[in-house]
Amino acid sequence: MIYFDNVSKVYSAGTPAITDITLGIEPGEFVSIVGHSGAGKTTLLKMLFAEESPTTGSVLFNERAIHELTNRELIQMRRQIGTVFQDFRLLPTKTVYENIAFAMEASGRPDEDIIADVPYVLELVDLADKMWNFPKELSGGEQQRVAIARAIVNQPDILIADEPTGNLDPINTYEVVQILKKINDLGTTVLLTTHNRNVVDSVGKRVVTLDQGRIVRDDQSGKYSF
Amino acid sequence: MSAWVTAKRITRYGLIGFFRNGFVSLAAILIMTITLFVMGALIVGSAALNATLEQLTEKVDVNVYFYTDAPEQGMLDLKQQLEALPEVAVVTYVSRDEALTRFRERHKNDQLTIQALDELEDNPLGASLAVRAKETHQYESISKFLEGSAAASGEGDARIIDKVNFSQNKTAIDRLSEIIKTSQNLGTTVAVILALASILIAFNTIRLAIYTSRDEIAVMRLVGAGPWYVRGPFVVSGILYGIASGLFVLMVLYPLAAWLAEPSEQFFGNFNTLTYVTDNIFMIVGAIIGTGILLGAVSSYGAVHRYLRN
Repeated sequence: MIYFDNVSKVYSAGTPAITDITLGIEPGEFVSIVGHSGAGKTTLLKMLFAEESPTTGSVLFNERAIHELTNRELIQMRRQIGTVFQDFRLLPTKTVYENIAFAMEASGRPDEDIIADVPYVLELVDLADKMWNFPKELSGGEQQRVAIARAIVNQPDILIADEPTGNLDPINTYEVVQILKKINDLGTTVLLTTHNRNVVDSVGKRVVTLDQGRIVRDDQSGKYSF
Repeated sequence: MSAWVTAKRITRYGLIGFFRNGFVSLAAILIMTITLFVMGALIVGSAALNATLEQLTEKVDVNVYFYTDAPEQGMLDLKQQLEALPEVAVVTYVSRDEALTRFRERHKNDQLTIQALDELEDNPLGASLAVRAKETHQYESISKFLEGSAAASGEGDARIIDKVNFSQNKTAIDRLSEIIKTSQNLGTTVAVILALASILIAFNTIRLAIYTSRDEIAVMRLVGAGPWYVRGPFVVSGILYGIASGLFVLMVLYPLAAWLAEPSEQFFGNFNTLTYVTDNIFMIVGAIIGTGILLGAVSSYGAVHRYLRN
């Protein structure tokens, strides 16, 4: 499904962010990518949704090289990928409902689907009662759950979560991890980056460890190894 | 998804953005109001300048004075010939009797002159033609035509022109032509510079307003929104800035024109701001609101465009 084929990325200052990464991810997998800050986790994910392009090598999604896609194809591809970030990245002037509806509208979904699915997905993350609130009126954990709801509402093939628990307390962290596991159980591939030991250990699935831009471990049922 | 549904959604998000980003919208509207006000003032100002220049141009003419014994038919023939010239706007014939009446009227308080006139048995004044050209620089060629005509240089009875006052007025006419040309050029230059400066300021304000939304644009792209789905709401908001500012300007411009009606008439002579605004209301509303809409839409389109590059 996803294949990093000998990928390296060097930023303009000449420092390599990642070096010779070769990594395959199959449909339905839950992969945690761990490593210290600056290990290259976020760079790896950014290449997946084409925010960065590799200096050498290529990144394949469903056997197509992402960086060779046309703008139109890229938009289509982004609709198959759900994204969750540490800083939530919600639209501040839109309500919780509108934030999620926007993602559906952008994908061209009809109004009937939106009216039915938005409350359903908010129910799933236990935020049905905050539907008409603005993001700034929610706690960090709630905002992250909205971001997850938005990421999964279009039933993407893969959910990318970049340090989703980085700004959360242990209780919210636990809840977010549980939601991610549930999404994975429903068949969505989940790609998670984190430096939180408890998160990785509680997931108990495949762990890829990065250090200074290189893969140093890839355990099918691993634990946090730093 | 039909284009109608997309347009509806884009418009809705444009309206939401316009109202929820109240402070940003207010700032953009204020700046655009100033821009459009400058445009409105330029429209009225240039109309006032043109009216004044036109009035000045109308005051310039060339007079052809005939001998007192010149036959009327000859003078009327010359009038016809002049009217046939493409450079000539109007030719007015003043008969000997009319010239006398005007003379008396002009000197009615000057008893001595009137008495002297009464002493004469015959009307000493000749008939004349007042010739007005379409453009001030055309007087020279009209004057040449007159000099070359049989009425001026013919022999015997054919010679009926006593004097053409063009050469006396030449310096004044040339100078006035120069002033009119310079005023028009200067007026256009000032208008273009002011319009450009204010458009640039408005454009930058909208760019700044959209700069505050750059993260939002990045998120929209991440969730798979196409370029028009990202850009559309901002363009709609930009159009709303234009409409709101245009309406504000019209609300200020009309009372201002009414207030300036009398002073403008006194200052410019035949130009009344209120009459001008009322007579040209559709053009002014169209120009101001149209410019506002265009400025808002184009600025928003351009400002979002840079954040949509991959």
